[in-house]
Amino acid sequence: MTMVKIQIDGKQYEVKQGKNLLEAGLTLGIDIPHFCYHPAMGSVGACRLCAVKKFRDADDKQGRIVMSCLEPVTEGMIIETRDDTSKDFRASVVEGLMTNHPHDCPVCDEGGECHLQDMTVMTGHNYRHFDFKKRTHNNQYLGPFIAHEMNRCIQCYRCVRFYRDYAGGKDLNVFSSHNHVYFGRHEEGTLESEFSGNLVEVCPTGVFTDKTFHKHFTRKWDLSNAPSVCTGCSVGCNIIVSERYGSLRRVMNRYNGAVNGYFICDRGRFGYEFVNDEKRIRTIKIRHKKNDNQEEAENETLISLLKTELSKDKRIIGIGSPRASIESNFALSTLVGKENFYHGISKKEHLLTDTILNFMKQSSIRTPSLKQMEKADAVLVLGEDLVNTAPMVALALRQSTRNKSFETAEKNGIPSWNDAPLRELAQDEKSPLFVITSFKDSLDEIAENSIRESYDGIANLGFAMAGLLDTKAPSPSNLNKEHQNLAEKIATILKNAKNPLIVSGVHSGDERMVQAALNMAKALSSVNKNCMLSMVLPESNSMGLAMMPGKSLDDLASLEEIDTLVVLENDLYRRASEKSVNALFEKSKKVIVLDHLINKTTQRADLLLPAATFVEAEGTLVSHEGRAQRFYKALPDKEPVMESWRWIGEMIQAKEQKQEATWKRFDDLVASLTHELPVFDGLEKHMPDADFRMLNEKVPRQTLRYSGRTSMNAKVAVSETRITLDEDSPLTFSMEGQSEMPPSSLTPFYWTPGWNSVQALYGYLDEPNGSMKGGDPGIRLIEPAENDNTEYFKEMSSTSENHERELQIVPVYQIFGSEELSTKSPALAKRIKDPFIYLNPEDAKAVGVDDDELVHLEIDDNKLEIKVKIENSLPKGVVGMAKNFPEMPFVMLPGYGRFKKINS
Amino acid sequence: MFSILQTIWLTFLHLFHKAETVQYPEEKPYLAPRYRGRIVLTRDSDMNERCVACNLCAAACPVDCISLQATEDESGRRYAEFFRINFSRCIFCGFCEEACPTYAIQLIPDTEMGEYDRQNLVYEKEHLLISGQGKYHNYNFYKQAGVDMGVKGKGEGEMEEKPIDVKSLMP
Amino acid sequence: MNHILIIVGVLVLALTIAAGLIWVERRLLSLWQDRLGPNRVGPLGLGQVLADMIKLFFKEDWIPPFADKPVFVLAPGILVLTILLTFAIIPFGPHFYVFNSNIGILFFLGNSSLGVYSIVLGGWASNNKYSMIGAMRASAQMLTYEVFMGLSLMGVVMMADSFNLNTIVEAQKGGWFIIPQFIGFVVFFIAGVAETHRLPFDIPEAEGELVAGYHSEYSGMKFGMFFVGEYLGITLISALIATLFFGGWLGPSFLPPFVWLMIKTFFFIGIFILLRASLPRPRYDQLMTFGWKVLLPLALLNLLITGAILIFLK
Repeated sequence: MTMVKIQIDGKQYEVKQGKNLLEAGLTLGIDIPHFCYHPAMGSVGACRLCAVKKFRDADDKQGRIVMSCLEPVTEGMIIETRDDTSKDFRASVVEGLMTNHPHDCPVCDEGGECHLQDMTVMTGHNYRHFDFKKRTHNNQYLGPFIAHEMNRCIQCYRCVRFYRDYAGGKDLNVFSSHNHVYFGRHEEGTLESEFSGNLVEVCPTGVFTDKTFHKHFTRKWDLSNAPSVCTGCSVGCNIIVSERYGSLRRVMNRYNGAVNGYFICDRGRFGYEFVNDEKRIRTIKIRHKKNDNQEEAENETLISLLKTELSKDKRIIGIGSPRASIESNFALSTLVGKENFYHGISKKEHLLTDTILNFMKQSSIRTPSLKQMEKADAVLVLGEDLVNTAPMVALALRQSTRNKSFETAEKNGIPSWNDAPLRELAQDEKSPLFVITSFKDSLDEIAENSIRESYDGIANLGFAMAGLLDTKAPSPSNLNKEHQNLAEKIATILKNAKNPLIVSGVHSGDERMVQAALNMAKALSSVNKNCMLSMVLPESNSMGLAMMPGKSLDDLASLEEIDTLVVLENDLYRRASEKSVNALFEKSKKVIVLDHLINKTTQRADLLLPAATFVEAEGTLVSHEGRAQRFYKALPDKEPVMESWRWIGEMIQAKEQKQEATWKRFDDLVASLTHELPVFDGLEKHMPDADFRMLNEKVPRQTLRYSGRTSMNAKVAVSETRITLDEDSPLTFSMEGQSEMPPSSLTPFYWTPGWNSVQALYGYLDEPNGSMKGGDPGIRLIEPAENDNTEYFKEMSSTSENHERELQIVPVYQIFGSEELSTKSPALAKRIKDPFIYLNPEDAKAVGVDDDELVHLEIDDNKLEIKVKIENSLPKGVVGMAKNFPEMPFVMLPGYGRFKKINS
Repeated sequence: MFSILQTIWLTFLHLFHKAETVQYPEEKPYLAPRYRGRIVLTRDSDMNERCVACNLCAAACPVDCISLQATEDESGRRYAEFFRINFSRCIFCGFCEEACPTYAIQLIPDTEMGEYDRQNLVYEKEHLLISGQGKYHNYNFYKQAGVDMGVKGKGEGEMEEKPIDVKSLMP
Repeated sequence: MNHILIIVGVLVLALTIAAGLIWVERRLLSLWQDRLGPNRVGPLGLGQVLADMIKLFFKEDWIPPFADKPVFVLAPGILVLTILLTFAIIPFGPHFYVFNSNIGILFFLGNSSLGVYSIVLGGWASNNKYSMIGAMRASAQMLTYEVFMGLSLMGVVMMADSFNLNTIVEAQKGGWFIIPQFIGFVVFFIAGVAETHRLPFDIPEAEGELVAGYHSEYSGMKFGMFFVGEYLGITLISALIATLFFGGWLGPSFLPPFVWLMIKTFFFIGIFILLRASLPRPRYDQLMTFGWKVLLPLALLNLLITGAILIFLK
């Protein structure tokens, strides 16, 4: 990157060429006020606030005002930000914006972290000269997530630029003109985009605020925060979780330049409320005899019971979970021994994740971070409904299609940050994206080709493309002409692209499809070294679990009898058929379950232990990329709720009749984990341990302005209680400590002088849109191998011929509904649709049902009544069925089933 | 040397001055209306709680002795779910009153709040609320604020125009 | 028998005065500050003395775990003991004394030197840096001022030709020594204030900088001993000033000699309190400079002149 020398306020700086002045200034730590510029969305020069003075040369004393966000840095540039003309100009811009801004900061949820407040202070405007009435707007109901207060709007256009241009939403727009400009929907209703929550952070004032946060509102400075990792899917977005008065208050995006950047999806942002659920398991419950009720019990009773139930002569089986941290899973594996540790996922999922993991370890193909996905210039999506299974990947792919327009713009001398002319120039020009799925996909609208096929068809296309790219790869023979042409087109484009990317995953549950994707990636890498492969996994720690030795849930069927079964944070009824899980519990003499929320599995427990959720514990999750990321406690311990690994530590202590704790603190557990399982090497080295100190002090979770310390517990006892000590991490439940620039993985909140809003983030980054200072958090555990050791998968024969009279049922995942814990959050629950099946119109006609009618479905041993949705995009003979919805029985998909109309 | 002796002499002469002492429980001292004594929460002219739970008093409090939680009633009017002042920590600096944007929190000239049990110095909202407007009359934040929180509709506040009809084609 | 009565009488008298001074000092200070002072407990607030005593007696007698226990306990005792012993040589009337010593003044000087131990040991045993600093300051201050305290009295001794206090009082029948020995009086008075480390010379316990100096760690009756010791010291120095320079029990015969001594003593106690009410504390180095560079030469000069005049008169 070439550097240019510029002079700002009389000082010489070197900045990167190609940036605009505002970016350069923010990188250097110079506070230039601005509203409409957002690092992820570029500049449009709409707000006129970032005005600075530019001088022609050293002799020019007059200078002229320019908008720093639209001014490319040039060699020898002379800039003044503090001269009176530009200062007055900026103050008058804010004054103008404030003429209609309501007098309601005290009741505004943005107050205290408001970009407008920051800018008003920064520009120095403090006295209202405008004596006339304020214009007002009516608000709209925008669904359970987002509250709307249009009076506060300052017309920066960030919301529509994010919602429409960046995230591809359709139902938020700008209406009317001059000072009547209105941002909203054409009519009241729920915002449909899966990324609508980001409006809360994007909006510089309080027009869009978090409705779930409003219900238990707390000012930013009063929150006790912790860096965390989203457990909603396998992407592993970084989040900040915030606590006040012992309950989880909100989730905000935590910047990670390599993963989620500035945004997270709505499942991650609004799916947190299950932590505060009244039905949380908060006591130890024991069932003394089979068929008795579970009764609350004391810790002593539990320990004595554990000593007998876990004695060494007993056969103990442990079932882990892909939604528990690797540490908790490892603790369980230590308790029961490797040979008795089961992953708690179905055989098929186990096989697929294993296949992918082995491929990732042995191949030389890079698994890209989200940031790298955004840089891909040709993308193929094979059989994954990304917006519902890994929403942020879909958002990244959406950005990747813009790469071509950046190229065109560069040829025309338009820098990539200059958003408006760039989009004007690009029009519909997009980098190629191919979406091959079984039903409609939100990426279709930006895809060059969207192909709808059955699973067999998708796999065949994949194999065919692999065969075209590399003759060594097996190729199907029975491809029709149309598909053959398509395969050739895609293969050629991928082959010639600079950074081609293949995205697939295991959500299809189809082995052939996964193999086809892997074959394709291998074939592509033989002709294009830059090719990338991203395989989306089902849950937040699916990858971490796969890296641990263990068997699948179905393997338990072969066991005759189990003395004690320990189930870790896992609802088995979501993983296998009811019959097989019931059989498993019946052959187990004692069942110990650790979990947060009551579900069917916890109801079968003889010993039910209250396990801490991800915001009450620390742990590490491995994302589908292979990136291990640590999450930390935001809520202090509430007896008797404990982290799962600590419960299991107590079990080991009971089992071995030891006096001292198994792992005194979290670091001991991590140390024994990396010692036992070298794949996790680096965890302890690359993440600050509990002894880490900044200038001899811990990192405070609370801001310096944290209020109410001497009063919040005064109702219980007037003398202040000691703060909860955190032995397991370098963070402290206090406002005291060293809060200035902790390591990126330990940053609990963003604040820099003058910046109280989320824009304080500038101070924590190398440059806007860059990496966190000192490197982005998390470490990649799996790097591409030097030499490719993978083999092509032999093409398997299709199995569809055996099911002539039945229809193939494929899973349909939904961002709201298919993830277990988030569905327990009241706001998110409102967005969950009723369980449904997608039927092709022809198939629907054959069954004789219409839209929204109930149909009788027989699949495996299940008989279901389910609502029909006619879906034109489905190929004939394929049925989509809502997967993993609450209250729905487990069905192994893809599968084959029979339909019957219900006569009413 | 001389000045030392003079100082001693002047001090000695104070023997014949009248003492300033006010014999407190029998004799009450005069406290100005703006004296910073016990803290109260006032109501607006409609006898609704003035406090909108904005947390500014808590943030301003140098000893962090105020804590509260915001909530809202059915009409969306925001108020404090609980409001607690730990008077055993309070230093009566009056910052909370200065920070209050709605005149809700006020310090009054009452200092007699001694207790034998420190726990009794923790005042909850029901102890703090008075049924009056205190020092500042006829101020109702919700009528001034440009939001509709169940007190007045959009555009009905002071200095507000009627809401804009976005679908109108008029300029 | 009579002798024992006198001993007990002097002891009770000294302690009563010391205790009463708690009230006297507070009342006087407040009068000089335009206040009323303690006036609630009993008539005129006199019950305050009793209340303070009861408080001191019943306070928890806490010895810090880091302290040197035996020394810590011993220190306040030494203070009270040395001062009380000195009362033995004071003549309260023509034949009203505990001990008619012909080395009375030397006995007083010796005992007051021993008093330093109490302070130094108390500060040392407390094992607290503030106490230690206080003790160091006290020892330096007291040793310094002792030098010319002794020297200032030599004028009186020369004029009375005796170390015996009875003789000194008798020698003032012709006129109080304040007139010929004015410089000696001034030096002795200042040194006396410093010796009892009263304000403005309370540098060893300067609460602004040292918490409470050498007795920071003391509480309960052990603190009470230091407290009472201080008032005993004031009483002693006042009584000595009265005896040495103001004719002791001498006075017109309409009042008994004992009462005359008491009147004179209380006058000087009043002056002690007035000093506290009016003067600020000097810096430590100023105190030492003042001692060595002003008072010492002054005392020596006084000695020289007195000697010369006496020789000349002979």
